[in-house]
Order: sequence, then structure tokens, then C-alpha cells
Amino acid sequence: MSGMDPELFEQFIDQLERYVRERLIPAEREVIEADRIPDEIVQEMRDMGLFGLTVPEEYGGAGLSTSQYARVVKTMAYAAPAYRSIFSINVGMFNSAIKNGGTEAQKAEWWPRVAAGEIACFGLTEPGSGSDSAAMATTARPDPDGNGWILNGTKRYITNAPHAAVGLIMARTEKEALPKNAHVSAFIVPMDTPGVTVGSPDHKMGQSGSHIADVILEDVHVPGEALLGGETGKGFVFAMKSLDNGRISVGAAATGYARRALDSALRYATERKAFGEPIANFQLIQQMLAESETEIYAAECMMTDVTLRADRGENILRKAAAFKVFASEMCGRVVDRVVQIYGGAGYLAEYDAERFFRDARIYRIYEGTTQILQLQIAKHMLRDFAAQA
Amino acid sequence: MKILVPVKRVIDYNVKPRVKADGTGVDLANVKMSMNPFDEIAVEEALRLREKGAATEVIAVSVGPAKATETLRTALAMGADRAILVQTDDEVEPLAVAKILKAIADAEAPGLVILGKQAIDDDSNQTGQMLAALMGRPQGTFANEVTVEGDSVTVKREIDGGLETVKLSLPAIVTTDLRLNEPRYASLPNIMKAKSKPLDTKSPADYGVDTAPRLKTVKVNEPPVRQAGIKVADVDELVGKLKALGIA
Repeated sequence: MSGMDPELFEQFIDQLERYVRERLIPAEREVIEADRIPDEIVQEMRDMGLFGLTVPEEYGGAGLSTSQYARVVKTMAYAAPAYRSIFSINVGMFNSAIKNGGTEAQKAEWWPRVAAGEIACFGLTEPGSGSDSAAMATTARPDPDGNGWILNGTKRYITNAPHAAVGLIMARTEKEALPKNAHVSAFIVPMDTPGVTVGSPDHKMGQSGSHIADVILEDVHVPGEALLGGETGKGFVFAMKSLDNGRISVGAAATGYARRALDSALRYATERKAFGEPIANFQLIQQMLAESETEIYAAECMMTDVTLRADRGENILRKAAAFKVFASEMCGRVVDRVVQIYGGAGYLAEYDAERFFRDARIYRIYEGTTQILQLQIAKHMLRDFAAQA
Repeated sequence: MKILVPVKRVIDYNVKPRVKADGTGVDLANVKMSMNPFDEIAVEEALRLREKGAATEVIAVSVGPAKATETLRTALAMGADRAILVQTDDEVEPLAVAKILKAIADAEAPGLVILGKQAIDDDSNQTGQMLAALMGRPQGTFANEVTVEGDSVTVKREIDGGLETVKLSLPAIVTTDLRLNEPRYASLPNIMKAKSKPLDTKSPADYGVDTAPRLKTVKVNEPPVRQAGIKVADVDELVGKLKALGIA
């Protein structure tokens, strides 16, 4: 995949950096206090083309390559995380699932809609299951009166559910757990379908302005065309392939946010005085700055490498997981140091440092926890080793 | 009605300029360059007039190096219909630019030329005024509000101590002040669309204009570093100090 003309893409990044600096960052306090992004900003983001970054040009999107898309995410992540969150499911999960598994009709129907800014959500996690899909309780059974399906179940922690026009819902189409998760299928469900209810948004530690909620499905009838790819048993495979993209998105977001936090600490350290001089003059402060800079640079390099590999069509499962683990853990260390550099002010809500600290915590958890990704990385290492032996 | 919008590629307003060690100018090597902010306001105003139906076509023009194409692409991505690059590597001065713009205006016959009041690199604040003189047309400088009605344009101007309103008959020249509007960002879809918009490249010779500099830069210095002030205990001491300095 070649992506967008590099020169035009740089022009866009230039505009986006300004938009982030001049528009999104000044509106952050408002987003946090109201716990919502003002409607006019969401509309501006639609007009900017952010919801269709990865949708092919002929379907109304920008057709960005993975490396370009990751740079957009990193650029956006310099502002409050809610801004990335509102379009991230469209580009990171929904679009790639349609690309990996969608039929031509599904592409023609949904890509132009999500590219124009209809918000998507992605329903995998449940009250009793997450990455362990064998325990998935949501079911889809054939509609006895037609060629469609009837869905029942509850999805939990679904990002953007309160705003979504469409959801990609994983449901089991077989009673028994099958090898390679072939009991799971994916369905494209418009959120206004009768029987779909969205719970009230959960209260979170951070990332104010982005919302997660339960999606409850009660005898939801969908037509046969709603089955992603037109085939049962492929849902989990499509979902997992999309998760590579989702992990790159979270890694890029963590990298961008770490940079934001470090820039903020750098400014603070040069302004705040102790013992008659800026604290930036103290070597122990400098050590924290330098360690953070070094680690952010490492994550940036990983991002460049893994996304270029993705664009070349390599299987990036292990590297995308490694990037996500490193970038999210790194971001956690950076925001912790940033609070430390801010000192007492770092614990106060008037300053940004404590917000960075709370916001960053989820990066180590969603889109696969550090631990589940470590297990995956190790599993693939051991399997490759066994195959060579 | 056509609107002509000259745009200049300048050092980005977020960059802290550094003077070259030999004092001959500002160091522009590897420095981010962007459209002059006042020119962005000019493009935005032209686009708004077109969107209101007061204009039919917006033409962006830049006089400068080949890299100024990027600046014109930004104007096109914001929404201008076509662009003209008058390519020269000379450091162009306001009079040469005004002469080139006059020649383009003669060829294109725009109803309005909207320019930034000044460029943030040399702060000349001359091109619009010189163009008006060369064209023999009225000017409304430092615009805070622009309204086109029939064959005239009303311009609210920012002047010391308030706003002055002038009514000019078209064709006219308007220069923009900071508070005229907030320029839009070029969106991804529009950047992609701009790819296929026409961009002509010309040279100053095509318009019979000699761009050789008339001015010579003698020396460029960093502004003096601000000295620390003093603290006074009360008003009396303040007045005393001011008197001693001969200010009060």
C-alpha cells in the first residue's frame, strides 16, 4: 500500500499540527470540564478528514498508508486523548476490519459513511470475557424467518458506544468453542437497530471527554448482509488482524502524549526556580528529562519500523504488540517523571501533570494489556524456535 | 468578480528567528517556512466573499522561489481556484512585487486585490499601497471588516484609537489586519482536491519587471536583551525614580 502523495501528506501534517496547537489544545480544559468534545470541534474534525484517514480514496477517504496514519495519530495525541479517541475506532478498528474481511457491498455501504464521520464502535469485550474469546457469551443465531441473524448479549467497555452510528459486534455462531476461534463471527450492526441499547457512560480515571459504555443486544435482528465477509467463523480472525492496527494506534498515541508531557515538563523546569535558579539546572532533573527523551525516541523509531513493515505487507503481529507494550509502558514512566519534575504542583489539578499521569494509565491496558501482549510475543517466539529446531 | 490574493512564503511565525553570525540577515537554513499569517487572512476573506456570492473566482499569486509553490498549494487547499507562481530567486522588494501584481491585475482584471497588510519577515507594509498607486485605484488598508455591495466595497479600517469606515469603488485594493477573520485549516479532502487545481509558473521577465534589489541591507542585529527592572516600595519612590529619569 503506497498511501497518499508524501508531499501532500506533509502539507496535511503541517495543517494538523497547527490545528492541534491553535484549536484543540486551547479547548482542552473545556473538553475536560464538560466531559465532552464540543460538537463544533467534532464537526471540524470530520471536515478535516480525520474519520476517513485509512479509507481508500475511491470510497471517500484519504487512503493513508499505515505509517502515515500512525503519524496522524501521534500528531493528534499531542492534545488531550479524547480527540484521538473519537475517530480512532473508525480508522483503527472498523475500517481495517472491513478492509480485512468486508465484502464489496459492505465496503461500498460503510466506508463512505464512516469516512464522512459516522462514528463506529467495536464490540469484542464482554462482562465475562475479553481476549479469551472461548468464553464469549454474545450469540448470533440464524433468524428462523429469513436469511438474517438474531443477536443477544452484552458488550462491555465499548469506546464511543454513546456516539456510535454503527458497531462491529463479535458474536458466537457455534455453541462449542472451536479451534482458531471459528465459533466467533463479526456483524455490522447499525446502532439504531431495535433491540440495541447503550448503557450510561462509565466513570473513568482519566481521558475525560471520551466515553465507554455497555452495549446491550436483545433479540437484535440483522439481515444476512450484516455478517462481515458473508462467512461465519471468521470474526475473530478479522478482529485480531484489526487489532494490529489498533495497537499501532495506541502505541502512536502513547508516544505522542509522552512527548506532550515531556515538553510541558521541560518548560516547567526552565521556569520553576529553587535555590535561586531554574530547576532545569539540577542534574537529577536533567537525568529525568534525558531518560524521557531517550525513551520517546526509541518508541518513535519502533513506530517508524513497524509501520513501514506493515506497509510492505509483512506480518507485524509480534512487532505491533512489542511497539504497543513499549510505547505504553514508556509513556507511563514519562508521565510519572513529569509529575516528579513538577514536584508539589504535579499533584495539583490546576496543573497539567496530574492529568497526563491519569490519562496515560489506560494505554497499558486497552487494546490488549501489557501482560496479554507479552504472552503473545513469547508464544510466537517459542513457536518459531520450535519450528526451527 | 475575480479576487486576486498575493501570498508570501515567510519564516513560520512560531519559529524564533536567529541572526546569521556575520550579521547579513536571518538564518533561514532548515527553518520551517509558512504562508505569511496576514496573507492567510487575505485568502480566508476572499474565500468568504466567494462563498457569499460576492466573487466567482479566487486567484492566489506568489512572487518568490520555486518553494513558494508549497505556499500556493496551501492557498489552493484552503479553497482558492487557481494559482500563479512568479518565480525568482532574488530577494524581492515591495516595489518589484507591486509592479508584478499590477501586470497580473491588468491581465486578470480582478474586482478586488486582497493582501496582507505586511509580511512578518520584513514588516514593510508597502506592497498594497504601492499597488494601489500603480493601478490608480482606491485602497482600504488594515481592514477589520470588508463588505462588498454592488460596485463598491466598504472597509472598516483599524486606525489609532478606533475604526474608520471607508467606501471604495471597485476595482479596489484591500489590506488585511489581524482581526478581520480567523483563517480556516486546509482539510485532508481539500488538500487532495487541490492537487488537480491549475498552477501556472511565470517569471518576472514575463511581466517586464526587473526585480533587482534597490535597497541594501547594511546590518542585521538581534534585538537587545531585556534588562532586569527594579522594584520600588511605594508610589512616592516610583515617582521619585521617574522624576530622576526626567520622565515625570
